[in-house]
This record gives sequence, structure tokens and C-alpha cells, in this order.
Amino acid sequence: MAQAQDRKISAPAVNLETQHFWDGAAEGKLLYKKCTQCGEPHFYPRTHCPFCFSDKTEWAEASGKGTVYTYSVMRRAPIPYAIAYVTLAEGPTMMTNIVDCDLDSIKIGQAVRLVFKPSEGGPPVPMFTPA
Amino acid sequence: MSIKDKAYIVGIYEHPTRLATDKTVMMLHAEVAAGALADAGLTKNDIDGYFCAAGDTPGLGQLSAADYLGLKTRHIDSTDVGGSSYLLQVGHAAEAIALGKCSIALITLAGRPRAEGMATGTQPRAPAVPMPESGFESPYAPATANMYAMAAMRHMYQYGTTSEQLAWVKVAASHHAQYNPHAMLKDVVTVEDVVNSPMIADPLHRLDCCVISDGGGAIILTTPEIAKSLKRPLVKVIGAGEAPKHQMGGKVDLTYSGAVWSGPLAFAEAGVKPADIKYASIYDSFTITVVMQLEDLGFCEKGQGGRFVSDGNLISGVGKLPFNTDGGGLCNNHPSNRGGLTKVLEAVRQLRGEAHPKVQVANCDVALAHGTGGSLGTRHAAATVIMERE
Repeated sequence: MAQAQDRKISAPAVNLETQHFWDGAAEGKLLYKKCTQCGEPHFYPRTHCPFCFSDKTEWAEASGKGTVYTYSVMRRAPIPYAIAYVTLAEGPTMMTNIVDCDLDSIKIGQAVRLVFKPSEGGPPVPMFTPA
Repeated sequence: MSIKDKAYIVGIYEHPTRLATDKTVMMLHAEVAAGALADAGLTKNDIDGYFCAAGDTPGLGQLSAADYLGLKTRHIDSTDVGGSSYLLQVGHAAEAIALGKCSIALITLAGRPRAEGMATGTQPRAPAVPMPESGFESPYAPATANMYAMAAMRHMYQYGTTSEQLAWVKVAASHHAQYNPHAMLKDVVTVEDVVNSPMIADPLHRLDCCVISDGGGAIILTTPEIAKSLKRPLVKVIGAGEAPKHQMGGKVDLTYSGAVWSGPLAFAEAGVKPADIKYASIYDSFTITVVMQLEDLGFCEKGQGGRFVSDGNLISGVGKLPFNTDGGGLCNNHPSNRGGLTKVLEAVRQLRGEAHPKVQVANCDVALAHGTGGSLGTRHAAATVIMERE
């Protein structure tokens, strides 16, 4: 049993392209981008669709449901933590942390749900916990 | 147009230091350049093309280095994609030589992360200027070890690869390193030693990780005509390939590397197949890196890499595919946290017949060097070079 503890989370770098994403995070929303030309969702969000290269992309809100694609518990850290890729119900896979659980219980394929954790001097950061 | 047979590797040098507290990075660059020039029988003023990676070379691209070394060239390449940069540059140098843009190309690598006390694998690295993905990654504390660990974890889940199978990669490297007097880790280890070493980032143990070392190396390439006028064995580049792989807009798949693209390009240009390769230098930042790259290069079927490396199959004189006979990054060195250049050096030694007699591959006429720069867990550049002894 290795219960996850809260660690200090660095403030995410915010720029004019991602300000809307972080404004959404402050309201408890996880946003991603969807292309209005080819229909593909993508993550991390950017102006140009990385599939068809259209600049006609729009923001969408994720349900917050996902599954663990892969993960690793960093043991050689002052506070061990679990880094992961979570595949959102909407399709894209994003890097994240799995928090508020026994780190030894995390499994690939596990259902997880969105939570937000405060960062140091920045907007809250989307993370996941077992559903 | 192809680079096949157009460029020869005539000079190599590996710095013997593994802890350079008494040297600057530029001293190391100069020493490896001097070593490779002496090996080739050339002098500094013969160099008319200089290749180095912006990431390990102090200054703007290669400008400060060219100034420090006193180089007057007609071809500049400071391509930096991490540890595989020097493998790309062997291909780029061969292209430049083939086109007549330079005739004697120098590639250098140097660094001293160990002297500087860098926690290479476990400390997240913060870039000076945020990258487009920074906000979506840095808060989660990606380091080097846990990124590769996520690739290993998925490989185990999807293909049944085990920690014991990964450990065989380190075991083979250690069998080779015992004969290298410069190797940082010379002790032969067992599968049990690896799986019982401390966990760093699940499922990678301490002995699944490469060393942190100082040092560097250099390579000199030239035209067929100049190569034949020198007194070194003739080793030529017959194929090269390179490709980036990344998160693909969120269609993340960590089960394969960019070697699935760079490998076929190099094999097609060289006109050889994996079965023709007598010796392979495979970038071994972690044991999983070797397993995935061997699969992706076609040495075994996808998902079978764990079985392929088991039971000593990578040990020279024992297995079917001798690899990293200098001990590789897992045991010998990993200068500047970049293992691509030293991969070429040991491949050239094998082709020349200059590897340690205990690890020299008999009749080694075709060899491959391959590497991954960046991270298997996020984005990387794969580069493959195939060389032949003439």
C-alpha cells in the first residue's frame, strides 16, 4: 500500500493559444479541440488540426471519463507519484497523474474520472482518480 | 540518388574519461576531435564540414565551437534531436560528401553531466523557453525514467514482456563491459541482480537504466578517394534513415518507436536485410529501449523482443545478434546523456576488427547502429545507419 500524497505541482505554462483551456480548468472543465473540417478531436489543443491542418478547430468539453492507457510510479522522488496517459471517452489520450488512490493498485485499462489539483501560483491542473 | 558507398568513416575516437571534473565541455570537444583526426591521419585544417548537436555544444548552434576549435568550413550542421543526433549526422555528412558540399566531415559530442551532479533520469527537466506542450506535461513531472517506464509498462501489458526478459539486455551488456577497461560498470550481473535492484520508475529497476557519465566522442567521414589514400581499414556508409515519432495529436501509441520508419529507409538504401547484420549497436538508454528498437528494426516480430533478447541472444559469441560489445550505455558510458555517437564507434571497431578480442564478431562485414533521441514516452527521433567493411 502506497497511498498517493499531494505534491507541489508546478504552474502550467499558459500562452495565448492555451489561455482558454486554462480558463476552463479554473471552472472545473477539461477542454480539448475538435476539427470542424475533418471531425478529428486532438490533444494537446492547438490552433491547427494536426491531422488535416485546417485552422477551423473549436473547443469542446470532455466528459471527464477515461481509462488508463499506461502509467508508471516514480519511486525515486521525495513524494512518489504516478504519471500516466489516460485515454478520454472522447478519443484523445493525454498525459496526466493518477491521484488520491493507492499507487500500487493502478492498472492499465482501469476506469478513471477527472479531478483538478491546485498548482503553485497557476490554474488548477486536470488529473484523474479511480472511477 | 543515394549515399550508398559515397562516404567512408576514417577516424573515430572515444574519450576515456567517465568523470571530467578537470575539463570543460569545449576541452572535451577538442580532445575527441584531436583523437579522431589522429586516428584518421588527418589534421584540423583538413576539416571542411563540421557537425555537432546544438544541445551538447555551448553557444549558438555550432558557432562558439567552430570559433573555439578554429574551424574554417564550407558546411554547417548543428541538428539536435537529442541522443540520436550523431546518427542522423552520419547520414547528413554522407549526403554532404556525396553532393560535394564538403570532403572531410567532423562530428563531435561531449558533455559532463556527472561532474555537474545531474540527476539525469529522475529529475524533471525544465526548458529555458516553454515548448508548445509544456503546459500539458510539466505539471505532471515527466522525467526521463518514468517516460520510458510508461512504454515498458504498456509493452508488458500488451505483449506479456517480463522484467526478467528486459534484464537480459543488461546482462548481455555487462558480459561485454567486463572486457572494456574504460567501462564505468565492469561487473558481470545476472537477471536476479537486475530485477532485485531498487525500483526507479515501475517497471524499470536501477539496473534497467543506463549510466550517467562524462566524456564524448568524434567521427570523421570522407570521400572514397581520400579514404583510400589513408592508412585505415575501409568502412563505408551504405544506408541511413531517420524519422520523428510523437504523440500524433493524441493518438498516443507507446508500443513502437520511429525505428519502424527509419529502419526500412536505411535497409532499402543499403540493399541488405536484418538477417545480413553481423553486429548491431542499439541505443540502450534503458533495457526497454533495446527491446522495442530490435522489434521495430525487424530483428524479430513485434511483441517478441522480450523473448528475442533472452538467454544471452545478444552476447557476442553466444547469441545470434551480438550487440553493444563495448558495454553500451548500460555499462560503458553515456556521455552528455546522449548515446548515439558511441553506437557508431563500436560498430566501426567491429567492422575494422578492432573490438576487444573477447567480443570481436567473426567476419563482421555489415553492421548497424541505431538510436532514439528524445523520449519513447513522448516524442523522439529515430536514426539508423548501416555500414560495411570494404
